[in-house]
Amino acid sequence: MAEKVLMKGNEAIAYAAINCGADGYFGYPITPQSEVMETLMKEKPWESTGMVVLQAESETASINMVYGGAACGKKVMTSSSSPGISLMCEGLTYLAGAELPCLVVNVMRGGPGLGTIQPSQGDYFQATKGGGHGDYRLIVLAPASVQDMYDFVDEAFELAFKYRNPALILADGVIGQMMEKVEFRPKKARRTDEEVRQQCDSWATLGKPKTRERNVITSLALDPVVMENFNIKLQKKYADIEANEVRYSTYKTEDAEHLIVAFGCMSRICENVVDMARENGIKLGLLRPITLFPFPKKQIDALVPQLKSIMSVELNAGQMVEDVQLVAAGRVPVGFYGRQGGVVPNPDEIYEAFLKFIK
Amino acid sequence: MDINDIIKPENKVYGKSSVLTDNIMHYCPGCSHGVVHKLVAQVIEEMDIQDKTIGVSPVGCSVFAYNYLDIDWQEAAHGRAPALATAIKRLNPDKYVFTYQGDGDLASIGTAETMHACNRGENIVIIFINNAIYGMTGGQMAPTTLLGQVTATTPYGRKAELNGYPLKITELLAQLEGTCYVTRQSVQNPAAVRKTKAAIRKAFENSMMKKGTSFVEVVSTCNSGWKIPPVEANKWMEENMFPFYPLGDMKDR
Ligand SMILES: Cc1ncc(C[n+]2csc(CCOP(=O)(O)OP(=O)(O)O)c2C)c(N)n1
Ligand code: SF4
Ligand SMILES: [Mg+2]
Repeated sequence: MAEKVLMKGNEAIAYAAINCGADGYFGYPITPQSEVMETLMKEKPWESTGMVVLQAESETASINMVYGGAACGKKVMTSSSSPGISLMCEGLTYLAGAELPCLVVNVMRGGPGLGTIQPSQGDYFQATKGGGHGDYRLIVLAPASVQDMYDFVDEAFELAFKYRNPALILADGVIGQMMEKVEFRPKKARRTDEEVRQQCDSWATLGKPKTRERNVITSLALDPVVMENFNIKLQKKYADIEANEVRYSTYKTEDAEHLIVAFGCMSRICENVVDMARENGIKLGLLRPITLFPFPKKQIDALVPQLKSIMSVELNAGQMVEDVQLVAAGRVPVGFYGRQGGVVPNPDEIYEAFLKFIK
Repeated sequence: MDINDIIKPENKVYGKSSVLTDNIMHYCPGCSHGVVHKLVAQVIEEMDIQDKTIGVSPVGCSVFAYNYLDIDWQEAAHGRAPALATAIKRLNPDKYVFTYQGDGDLASIGTAETMHACNRGENIVIIFINNAIYGMTGGQMAPTTLLGQVTATTPYGRKAELNGYPLKITELLAQLEGTCYVTRQSVQNPAAVRKTKAAIRKAFENSMMKKGTSFVEVVSTCNSGWKIPPVEANKWMEENMFPFYPLGDMKDR
């Protein structure tokens, strides 16, 4: 069996990036995720794999460096926390509009504003509904363990390149800061220039050989008909992602009469809540969306007929609950429990809130 | 003797650069953008680096530069071109990477990206078209707009109390350790055009020498924004802009 190493979620992101053959990381320090760049700088991957690591002057610059690198067909990434992601939203919509693959990691902290450095899931809307302008989507993966942090880096890059779309790992301060054992996966070498050309020459800016037309990376189309057609193409892509890339997990849902929906660190806490309910003879189950976009609509929908209630549990004022309500469509009561501002609830208080809700 | 007896290779004294496309430029008559595009194309052709050059176009009138130069291009968000170029060059050190930016793009919304790319000494070329106005959005005040200059947002002329002072960003960039070549040129007559072309060539050559950032400002005209016809615009530029933005090399190492 592969060696297991004890580390923080943020450190796992850094090691996963090096080990999956990432070409570049561009970032700006912000708590609670600064360990990502610190670990990369300590490991000096430019000497081993040739990966570029650069501290940018701002998150605005980092995300635009990501754009520059991604447009060259490179596997490039950045990481930040909520206020930094707000600054990156301009870049994210340009990346989506130019159909560029890249990885962005958000280790969420409490907001709004400068907020707190304590954990939160308050950026669910920003991650899944936009943040930047225009009709675009990010592929959003929500890790619940340090192993997920490691594994999702490679998975997010694979999805990003498959669909030529930015992918986001939406973690929270708990997952970023806590230490767990991680199994390192087999290393992937960085692609050679030749391999990048084979994979990306039809669209990336690799230098124009005489044998092809010039490649232009842009999100600009002044003609409204052209722009609408491009938007339709994008929506088709997002529909494909919804059809093919939903990831989720369930806990004791087979016979469940009540369901909790929770992602990230909250899904782990809610497993305890399920066990507490079961000890008291209440058939509670848990569904954890692993991809927040695409959201596991069909999977929740399939459970609705057997359910008497659904409760969404989040570290915010109630954001994902709106997506759950859309699926439930009034067929079953949908409740919500959440704490805000960096407070993480314990299983007892969630269980109490659940009992109150189903009474 | 008919015309085909005259059109022979040995008689050719001038031709369109092969790096320029056949697309009709959207620039207003008299605009400096077109001339500078031509010079960049000629330099790329003469250096034989068409397959090794990646351009970054800005948001501004030259947003469509990618329609005119037959190379791979990236279109940046407003002001962010130097950040894109930073990553392109670092990830592809064997490529020639340049940005092409207006004054609003480079010296207002993108000041931070410009300063820091230059300060890191990125081995890129920055071509800066200073026409002292926002051409694309209809002639509003730019950071480089002169005191007293009338624009759509300074209808009574730029006033220091209200709008602050015109920004000599090129002088600032010359102070930075990271820049190796900083020059201010213009393209209003053949001699100036030739000098600007030499400056662009030097800047491109520098980018493989690991010396730092090369920065070429071109003091330019914007006939539509200034609301002055081309010949008068050149005169206005010489009389009003050159005293405040004096031409010449500020740094060459
Ligand atoms: C974030 C953002 N803000 C504002 C604009 C609108 N805008 C487009 S071009 C421009 C100014 C361009 O002026 P300059 O860089 O001097 O280029 P010129 O057209 O004069 O060549 C502005 C403000 C934009 N596209 N994006
Ligand atoms: S508006 Fe000004 S900068 Fe733009 S094309 Fe016309 S003359 Fe050139
Ligand atoms: Mg301008």
